[in-house]
Amino acid sequence: MSRTIGNSKKNPSKKVYIAELVISKILFIFVMVSIATTIGIVWILSYETVQFFREVSIIEFLTETEWTALFNPPKYGVLPLVGGTLMIAFFSSIISIPIGLGSAIYLSEYASKKTRKILKPVLEILAGIPTIVYGYFALTFITPAIRNIFPEANIFNALSASIAVGIMIIPMVSSLSEDAMNAVPDSLREGAYALGCTRFEVATKVVIPAALSSIIASFVLAISRAIGETMIVTLAAGSTPKLTLNPLESIQTMTAFIVQVASGDIVYGSVMYKTIFAVGMLLFIITLLMNVISKIIIKKYREEY
Amino acid sequence: MTNLQKRKLQDKIFHILVLSATLFGLVVLVILLKEILNDGLKWINIDFFRNFASRFPRKSGIKAPLFGSLWIIGLTALFAFPIGVGSALYLEEYLPKNWLTNLIQVNISNLAGVPSIVFGILGLGIFVNTLGFGRSILSGALTLALLILPVIIVSAQEAIKSVPKELKQGAYALGCTKWQMITGVLLPYAMPGILTGTILAIARALGETAPLLMVGAVTFIAYTPEGIFDSFTTLPMQIYNWTSRPKVDFHHIAAAAIIVLLILLLGINSLAIYLRNRYQSRMSR
Repeated sequence: MSRTIGNSKKNPSKKVYIAELVISKILFIFVMVSIATTIGIVWILSYETVQFFREVSIIEFLTETEWTALFNPPKYGVLPLVGGTLMIAFFSSIISIPIGLGSAIYLSEYASKKTRKILKPVLEILAGIPTIVYGYFALTFITPAIRNIFPEANIFNALSASIAVGIMIIPMVSSLSEDAMNAVPDSLREGAYALGCTRFEVATKVVIPAALSSIIASFVLAISRAIGETMIVTLAAGSTPKLTLNPLESIQTMTAFIVQVASGDIVYGSVMYKTIFAVGMLLFIITLLMNVISKIIIKKYREEY
Repeated sequence: MTNLQKRKLQDKIFHILVLSATLFGLVVLVILLKEILNDGLKWINIDFFRNFASRFPRKSGIKAPLFGSLWIIGLTALFAFPIGVGSALYLEEYLPKNWLTNLIQVNISNLAGVPSIVFGILGLGIFVNTLGFGRSILSGALTLALLILPVIIVSAQEAIKSVPKELKQGAYALGCTKWQMITGVLLPYAMPGILTGTILAIARALGETAPLLMVGAVTFIAYTPEGIFDSFTTLPMQIYNWTSRPKVDFHHIAAAAIIVLLILLLGINSLAIYLRNRYQSRMSR
């Protein structure tokens, strides 16, 4: 390249060289957009959260058990929102983890090629349905069904939202776990079959242990996804922040609170405006931690073949 | 029962269990679609597409959200596609594999795991308030572009990696510069893969609600947008609005809007599958 630079003005390679340089600089700026996004998220969350903690003590925020940010006098104990979020995460995992893992085992160990070809797209379609549609489904189908069985259940209840969130996450658990099981070499399976194992024994004693790190990582990601899920819980779980263990009651999650504040009339710079960022910061930290944990699990406990 | 019989029975029971787990998804999908078609189908007619939202369910339509969704999606694609593909090219072809590449890669995969509502908070804080774009189409599209950027980058990287080395080296051997090789050889080969990933990401943006609720206007919108600084509503936002009302008729027009949304998504996804199949058949040739 260097020989062609600056020979004469007529030399076209100089133009080409400059174009190459400009293009690589432009592409570099493009790459920096994703770095800037992370910096932007961390900066805006920390900036407004620090402002928030000038007016509300951080001790009150993290330890008090009452959240009445929208009332007078406001109380800013975030635990009820965290409790509501964890309840959704817990009950949705009860659905998504066993059913997702079961589907993965079936698709990778039992299903014939033909059945796989039919059933896999079904899960892909479920994964592609927007969350707002699951929210509608929770409110208009799951909730009435629950209230048929438990008449004392609130119109907005954590159970209905949890079931919908669980259904939404099944495809994620299933496809991540199935990928992990497919990565287990067939020689291991064939060895076990040669020793006279049944499919059940091959699946539970050979394939799952070999793929365990990725499977557990997929569980962690499922929980993280449930914590960050917004529309289903906003529509179906209610808007009454409270610490309870009863899934038939109306609760509020961190995400649903953020939406509630943002859809009201908020004044830019008010304490109420800043609560969005304080709660958002907590949400961001929790989900980031879980994503990092899942990566560590994969990296540290991976079985190499 | 002998031990062998017991083990075979155990296997059979387990087979039934995992099969029913798989069928659960199918059953839910059928119920969900049936419910929505039952609720919404009778509300879909020409007027439903021509009318704006109204206090009366009978007179309500999806003209404003439909146009809003198209504006938002178009603008999102305009931002996210070049930046996403450019980033992937830079990561795969320009940057040597070192700590910086590693850092950027980790950053991108972490961004993909950030809940969409956090992107909404970013949009509200930066685009709406700090940069002063207001609750406009521009703010919404920029927010969604950042949201789908990691997905586009990762899928474009996969497509770029799949280009055979021989083709690239052949281009260099003929005296191509890097950019000539990229535009002449690499992109034509990788484009179906890149487009598939981009289209799927755009389908995701079309169904996104939470970030736009943070950024978008909550006021009543009874006009179609004319520029990027207009306020907007989109199909998912309108569905949310109608579903959160207590009146059952509004739930039904929400279902009608869901049908329109799902048909749009189906169309977009079919396009992606078509491209993927074409791509695969070329790869196997």
